[in-house]
This record gives sequence, C-alpha cells and structure tokens, in this order.
Amino acid sequence: MARLNVNPTRMELKKLKARLSTAVRGHKLLKDKSDEMIRRFTIILREAKSLRESVETELSAILKQFSIARSIIPSFEAETAFSMPSVAVQAECDTESVMGVDVPRVEIAQRQRADGLPYAYSEITGEADYSVKKASDLLPKMVQLAQTEKRVRMLAEEIERNKRRVNALEYVMIPQLEETIKYIKDKLDENERAAVVRLMKVKSKA
Amino acid sequence: MTGKMAIVGNGDGILVFKATGVDTFPAENEKKAREILRKIAKEYQIIFLTEDLAKQLTEFLKRFDEEPYPVVVSIPTAESGGYGMQVLKTAMERALGVDILFNKD
Repeated sequence: MARLNVNPTRMELKKLKARLSTAVRGHKLLKDKSDEMIRRFTIILREAKSLRESVETELSAILKQFSIARSIIPSFEAETAFSMPSVAVQAECDTESVMGVDVPRVEIAQRQRADGLPYAYSEITGEADYSVKKASDLLPKMVQLAQTEKRVRMLAEEIERNKRRVNALEYVMIPQLEETIKYIKDKLDENERAAVVRLMKVKSKA
Repeated sequence: MTGKMAIVGNGDGILVFKATGVDTFPAENEKKAREILRKIAKEYQIIFLTEDLAKQLTEFLKRFDEEPYPVVVSIPTAESGGYGMQVLKTAMERALGVDILFNKD
C-alpha cells in the first residue's frame, strides 16, 4: 500500500494519528450501520416477496376473468362503462426514515361508494362485476406492494453505497494511514539515533 | 400529502382498474410508455406499470430509485409473469451478495 506523501515530522505524525483514530471510529460506526441495514432489509425483502406472490396470483386470476368478461361485451360499450369511475382512489403518501433513508409510506384512504359498482348493472355482465370488485379489493394490497418494493430498492442502493464506504475505509484509508505513521516513526527514530551517534563521535574525539 | 395513482400499460388488463378509480394511461409500446412516464412522474405518486413494459424500461426506471416518490411498480399481465420477482432478486444480490429467499435456482 502506498504511503501518503508527507514530511516526516512530529507535527505530521500527530495529525495523522488523529486522522487514523477518526477513520477507525468511522469505520466501526459504518459497519454497525451496514449490519443493521441488512437486518432490516431482509425483513422488508421477505415481506415484499410474500406480497408479490399473493398479488401476482390474485391479479392474474382477476385478469383472466376480466378478459373472459370483456369478450362478452362489445368493446365500445365496455370502454364507456369502465371509463366513468364513481370513486376516486385516494392514497396518503408520506415518507418515513429507515436507517436514514427516506422511504415512502403509503396508506390507502378508505373509500366509500354508493352502489358498489361504477356502472349500471344492465350494461355489463356479472363476470365483470366480479372482477372489478376483486380488483378494487386488491388495490390496497397492490399499493402496499408498491411501497414495500420501493423500500427494497432504495435500501439495496443505500446498502451498496455504505458497503463501498466501509471497504474504502477498511482497505485503503486505514492501511494507508497506518503505513505512513509507521514510516514517520521510523524516520524520526533514525534521526534520533543519528544524533546520538554524532554526539558520541564528537565526544570521543575531544 | 395525498397521492394519486396511475396505471400505465397495454391491453385490456388496465381497463379493470379504470373502474376502480385509478387513472389509466394506455401505452402500446416501450417508447410511448417512456413518454407517458416522463410526463406523469411529477404528478402521480404511485404508478403501476405492466410487466412487459417494465421489462423493457428497466434502465429507465432506475432513475426513480433515488427519490421516495414516485413509486413505480410492475404488475403482471395475463400473459407474462416473473419479472417482479426478478427485480427483488437483483436488489437482494446487490445488497447482500447471497441468496436468502430464492433458493430454488
């Protein structure tokens, strides 16, 4: 490892020692942070996986059923019937801090609708009713999934960044500082010895 | 803050969500979807994107990972599936370097 380009003086030695102790402390803190982030990450990851699985199965069932329903209704009628939602979905969006990372927190607001479905019963077949109902029941879960997956992605990014920092400290910064400190110490000792020897020589001549 | 939800996708699948009160944006190909996303990213907080499009836009979607919002999430379509799991897997590999969930392969 290359040592830093500094003058071997007592001043520099003192400065470098201070820097080393900061680096070591920072490294320890970052490592702890990394451990905790990974712990949280695994929890969120598991949650995301089970949510994803259940949403995928339910949604593909809904879509299959909806496409059957859709095939019965003429497309023009379907477009108009479904285009008029009677309710607007509201989600409360907020952010939350997980280990210093701002992640989204979403809550779906309770929705009230007068008659249950946004179109007249005469226009649309029962199959479609069923899938629309199912889809709106699934929506909170999908929002939950959206939130969880986003957290997974953001945390993964942060963990990676943090890991890079820890490694930079551990494998570059700290060895470099240690080596430079050692070099300065050697140099100073050498100077001291030289001085002693010089004195002895001078004395023996006299 | 109240968030708005949107769904971007192709096919009939998105129609069913229209009836549940989510704003829909039909996009038949990757290019169109990119355009729409760019336009609505500021306005909507939660954006569902059908999987076939999300797969093609993987690189583009990375830019949304920096900020908490908008949340872009892929949803399976009737024909395809598995991409969402792939995303989770990639994130896990990046963060942990080991496989703790998907031990099958």
